[in-house]
Amino acid sequence: MPTLNHFLILSGVLFSIGTAGVFLRRNLITILLSIEIMLNAVNITFVSVGRYQGTVDGQIITFFVMTVAAAEAAVGLALVIALFRHRETLSPDAFTSLKW
Amino acid sequence: MDLVTFYILAAITVLASIGVVSSRNPMHSVMLLIVSFGALAGLYVLLDAPFTAVTQIIVYAGAIMVLFLFVVMLLNQHKEDDPEAMPASLVRINSRGFVLLSVLLAVELAVALSRIGITTFTTDAGAVASISSVARIGTALFTTHAFAFEVTSVLILVSMVGAVVIARREH
Repeated sequence: MPTLNHFLILSGVLFSIGTAGVFLRRNLITILLSIEIMLNAVNITFVSVGRYQGTVDGQIITFFVMTVAAAEAAVGLALVIALFRHRETLSPDAFTSLKW
Repeated sequence: MDLVTFYILAAITVLASIGVVSSRNPMHSVMLLIVSFGALAGLYVLLDAPFTAVTQIIVYAGAIMVLFLFVVMLLNQHKEDDPEAMPASLVRINSRGFVLLSVLLAVELAVALSRIGITTFTTDAGAVASISSVARIGTALFTTHAFAFEVTSVLILVSMVGAVVIARREH
């Protein structure tokens, strides 16, 4: 039987992969996908700890995280489309107007 | 047996996620992320959470990833910007530093999380049945967490209106 530790370590590894994606990639869509990986890493922590404690609360929080992820994806992709219309590129380095 | 299943699904998830991050083509990234989510749904089944597994497939792999695919195809920007545009030294230092940082984060998280000791899940049939019961989840969602559930509907409405307003073309 896999233990809680197995799932927590998997979650940690997935979260790090997502973090690496956010920092390394130069493409707004891939950055959003990396954020989805990070959200899923957190989801698996919630579900496994809920399983460990014997409550359904972990699954309910996961349900809410999925809802927020859907909202975030909708707004994020709308922003990507709006930005692409302005600059014809998806590179985050092109959008530096607010940089001091 | 369960442990073997866990390792197979975990390997698929991690490898697919690495593929998402390292692929140069956003289309491949989205497809690999769907693979990763499928394996994650299997892990949820392993955790006696069939409702979450099904939601993962329907909402994540079904709805959210289709949204991403639509945008990838709409923008038709299948290549990443030339890294040559940046000074080469800057690119190399940045990449190396961030890869190192991520590996360190992974190691730190793994060490910290494994220090809580061996924590096995309960195998009591009654407890497992109560966790995996969709009726229990529904009851908790509409009683204890009813307020959060209703707020969620407002959040979705706001994000829907926001997405339309932001992506609308000015006339």
